[in-house]
Amino acid sequence: MVKHHLFWPLVMLGALLLFNLLYSPDFFSVQMRAGKLYGSLIDILNFGAPLILVAIGMTLVIATKGIDLSVGSIVAIAGAMACMTLSKGTDQNMLGLVLSAVGIALVLALALGLWNGMLVAAFGIQPIIATLILMVAGRGVAQLITGGQIITVSSSAYKFIGAGSLLTLPFSIFIAGAVLLIAALLTRKTALGLFIESVGCNPEASRLAGIRSRVVMIAVYMFCGLCAGIAGLLLSANVSSADGNNAGLWYELDAILAVVIGGTSLSGGRFYLLGTVVGALIIQTLTTTIYMIGVPPEITLVVKAFVVLLVCLIQSETFRKTLVHRFKTRRYPAEREVKRHA
Amino acid sequence: MLKRQYIPIVVTAALLAFMFAAGSFRYTGFFSLQVLLNLLIDNAFLLIVAVGMTFVIVSGGIDLSVGSVIALTTMISASLVQQQGWPPAVVIPLVLVLGAAFGWLMGAIIHYFKIQPFIVTLAGMFLARGLCYVISINTITIDHPFYTSMAQTKIKLPGGFFISISVVIALVVVAAAIYLAHYTRFGRNTYALGGSESSALLMGLPVARTKILVYTFSGLCSALAGVVFTFYMLSGYGLHAVGLELDAIAAVVIGGTLLTGGVGYILGTFFGVLIQGVIQTIISFEGTLSSWWTKIVIGLLLLLFIVLQRLLSARRQMQKA
Amino acid sequence: MEREREPILQMSNIHKGFPGVKALSGVSFRLFPGEIHALMGENGAGKSTLIKVLTGVYSIDQGTVELARQRMAIDSPQAAQMAGISTVYQEVNLCPNLTVAENIFIGREPRRFGRILWKEMNAAAEKLLLTRLQIRMDVKLPLSAYSVAIQQLVAIARALNISAKVLILDEPTSSLDRNEVKQLFEVMNKLKAEGLAILFVTHFLDQVYEVSDRITILRGGEFVGEYLAKELPRIELVSKMIGKELQQLDALPREKEAASAAESAKALVIEAKALGRKGAIEPFDLTIRKGEVVGLAGLLGSGRTELARLFFGADRPDQGALRVNGVKDGITSPREAIDQGIAFCPENRKTEGIIDELTVRENMILALQATRGWFRAIPRKRQDELADEYIKALNINPPNPEQLIKNLSGGNQQKVILGRWLLTQPKLLILDEPTRGIDVGAKAEIQKLVLKLSGEGMSVLFVSSELEEVLRVSDRIAVLRDHVVVKEIAEDEMSQQQLMQAMAGE
Repeated sequence: MVKHHLFWPLVMLGALLLFNLLYSPDFFSVQMRAGKLYGSLIDILNFGAPLILVAIGMTLVIATKGIDLSVGSIVAIAGAMACMTLSKGTDQNMLGLVLSAVGIALVLALALGLWNGMLVAAFGIQPIIATLILMVAGRGVAQLITGGQIITVSSSAYKFIGAGSLLTLPFSIFIAGAVLLIAALLTRKTALGLFIESVGCNPEASRLAGIRSRVVMIAVYMFCGLCAGIAGLLLSANVSSADGNNAGLWYELDAILAVVIGGTSLSGGRFYLLGTVVGALIIQTLTTTIYMIGVPPEITLVVKAFVVLLVCLIQSETFRKTLVHRFKTRRYPAEREVKRHA
Repeated sequence: MLKRQYIPIVVTAALLAFMFAAGSFRYTGFFSLQVLLNLLIDNAFLLIVAVGMTFVIVSGGIDLSVGSVIALTTMISASLVQQQGWPPAVVIPLVLVLGAAFGWLMGAIIHYFKIQPFIVTLAGMFLARGLCYVISINTITIDHPFYTSMAQTKIKLPGGFFISISVVIALVVVAAAIYLAHYTRFGRNTYALGGSESSALLMGLPVARTKILVYTFSGLCSALAGVVFTFYMLSGYGLHAVGLELDAIAAVVIGGTLLTGGVGYILGTFFGVLIQGVIQTIISFEGTLSSWWTKIVIGLLLLLFIVLQRLLSARRQMQKA
Repeated sequence: MEREREPILQMSNIHKGFPGVKALSGVSFRLFPGEIHALMGENGAGKSTLIKVLTGVYSIDQGTVELARQRMAIDSPQAAQMAGISTVYQEVNLCPNLTVAENIFIGREPRRFGRILWKEMNAAAEKLLLTRLQIRMDVKLPLSAYSVAIQQLVAIARALNISAKVLILDEPTSSLDRNEVKQLFEVMNKLKAEGLAILFVTHFLDQVYEVSDRITILRGGEFVGEYLAKELPRIELVSKMIGKELQQLDALPREKEAASAAESAKALVIEAKALGRKGAIEPFDLTIRKGEVVGLAGLLGSGRTELARLFFGADRPDQGALRVNGVKDGITSPREAIDQGIAFCPENRKTEGIIDELTVRENMILALQATRGWFRAIPRKRQDELADEYIKALNINPPNPEQLIKNLSGGNQQKVILGRWLLTQPKLLILDEPTRGIDVGAKAEIQKLVLKLSGEGMSVLFVSSELEEVLRVSDRIAVLRDHVVVKEIAEDEMSQQQLMQAMAGE
């Protein structure tokens, strides 16, 4: 059981929740008010939904040995685009207008994903570098769309996406759940998951086995863009406004963190969607916890720093080997080196 | 004849000249030495950070922690000087040592545990930013006479022009870095490391020491930039210099340094910083253009240079095959 | 005479093991000043391990290394260089971004107060290149501006600069053309005359006889012998490398039945006309008919793999024509080759064959799934059936389809890859050294399987350096030497003697 990939993430999440329970016994209490459920747990799910979305897309990208730094910018662009389209309309509650706003934003997000995918797969630029371009320029584009203002919209239909509730639960949870389900179906019920893992683990052997790795990679970046776009809609709908400068700030880093905590290795290969979801929930719970105990929320960053380091050290083969063969490998450092390069 | 390795830096310099010329034609009052000097005054800290970043990128790595280290430096300086009453003569060397130690630590983790620099410096970025808030979540304003005089002193140049002390510091850093990069073993080993780590190892070069030193140097530069930034802002704040790592990386890349390592010039980075400055100046002169155009233009320049690099390296491979 | 001289380098009774493998057992090697000494051996002979021991990359478990009668512990590349042992690798291990002069001097640049003196360095580099190697070049250009051949000479110059006593050239000629090789040999002979001891590793037999004075042969991690080049006939060299004495040849039964006359009229599956790729394989003609097993024999590095990769679209040819199933030039990628019914088990199982994080089942169905596209997944039940079927048919052990492939032994990994391709029901199966590094039992199974498949009408291109097995399974054998298809041996003249002569070039 300890070997199961969800074991450690779940233990971590459990420990956090337990701490909360001990610290504040009413942490787990969920109340029903006006047909909606309220409580810290619900909040964690609700506020965690955008991160879960972005992290799901990121998981697939990382599984192909890539990384997407531009998700935060795509979040901002998608939100800005949707609000911008809405604010141009006469009746913001018109369903057609809301749908087209959502549609335009998502198509744009897909196109941005395609752009990243092309740079990586067709031009052969390293993923970090390729997505850095959109990371930098994307913020500007988002502000360009909003005209540098915070666009507020007054559309209850749009607001429902981010702040509405369905069956007593926040609607965003359903969206995150649906995307998770789609991602799981796409990767596990079709051969896409196998191809992604295969390409991420050994691109050359995959090519020789007849896999069109370029197509797989472009598809993955597009999906990642789409996920970030949906997250952008959730975030902007939740507050009924779009802020090109601050929406989705640091999401790329949190998403990468969630993926890594979830057990997917940054060097590609096997990926774990559920692990990622647990990872995102851990991050959200951590934030909530820190709020609750009254420490300035920004200190979450310190905790995150140590979590990143710890998880990476555990994943690092060299680190584990150093612990085990502390003295065996003291000499001949080049031996390890050459094996690595071989 | 123009050697091929100088193409990117010449492109950068030409671009800078073109932008400055275009600005001069379009706006009255743009074409003056003081506008050029103001570029330096406003971007002194960026220049210092970008110099450290150049070394890291030339060595084949990346350092995402620089912006946070600047913020942490302003925070520590402000709190020690303002709240603890320590003299600046103690505080400034102290923060420089701390910055270098921070970089050293990240370098050691990167080298000995073989974790990607991206992740380690990301953790460093979180850590430094978070530590700011451990000190205080509010701005701490500095009114210590040393800092205010550093901020306000204008060094007069002939013809009525002036620069700030920060500019002098930044230019000294640039000059020292050029010397370091081209005339010392550390510098050349850094280039070798970026060219091919396995070759450097088999050639018997001190790979471990070089790699760790590169991050130490970047940490030191960030701390120094933090000191300069403190002069500039006269405050310590956890939200100072957010996203500065991106500006620094962009300046380095626009300056012609290969993001894959091994090729790059400090002078190119100098031009890269100035280009960013010129874009901002043009946008402020334009008035109707908004500040986000800076980001878009920088993004486009990044794209341009990355594609240019890619094409150059692809051509080199074609020639070899 | 030579025999009386002191060897500069003496390695005695060297043992080196890796987990699960004994790479060197009791190997001895000596090198005299002023000689070029070729180190020969096939895959797994221990050549590269020996060189890595000598260059301080690997430690030894047992044995002694003496340099100029001094016992040495070479525990790092730096230590090796300090002791005067320098190595030039096939993939030039210099920094392409630095200038030529820097590449020669880095780590020991002329300095004053820590400042590198570029002028002195450039002048010294020019002088070194001119006087010792007789080449004149602009040392201020980056190394990448020069061809591989020149880069190799620069690497030698670097080695000389650190006052090398022993120069190791590890396959320096692999990517050089004829003139470049000639230039390199001139340099080698000059350095030899100056008293340098040169250890030369190459796969080109002609080159060995062209420049070497002495030859040491290793096989399977053991020392076979040390010979004067002029006293060792080529055919004997080859027989010692592959471990067959000439007298025992031809005693082996052939398992393959003689082809009937009707067979030669069968349809062509693949037809290569003057197909070639620069630096990989010289233009060649080769045909394979339906149900035919064509053997591809040749020593390591003779161009076998390069030829096979052209057929599979893994590399693109730059001349000639390739017809597959009668269609011309239909193959530009592995994917198209697969669609044409071609399958390829690569020699390099670890890097080109297995996807090590995936299970046996996933590895097996990969190619079949790739041909179906991503959307039409093979249902899980069908996957299990297929995996079970081929695990049984190929006798894969452990018979667990959910085991990660990296936990299997080499032979079983090979069988999984074989299973991957059999699933696609190919018309032509290319096996590149399918039995390398696997145990005897598995070897025999794979050979039997090849015969069975060809009996069922599948064509096979069987690449191997083991004569017996090529002879056992093939209908026809093409022999390669030094990247050239030198001979095609028909059914009735096949013998180990014939083969070996063709491989040796006698």
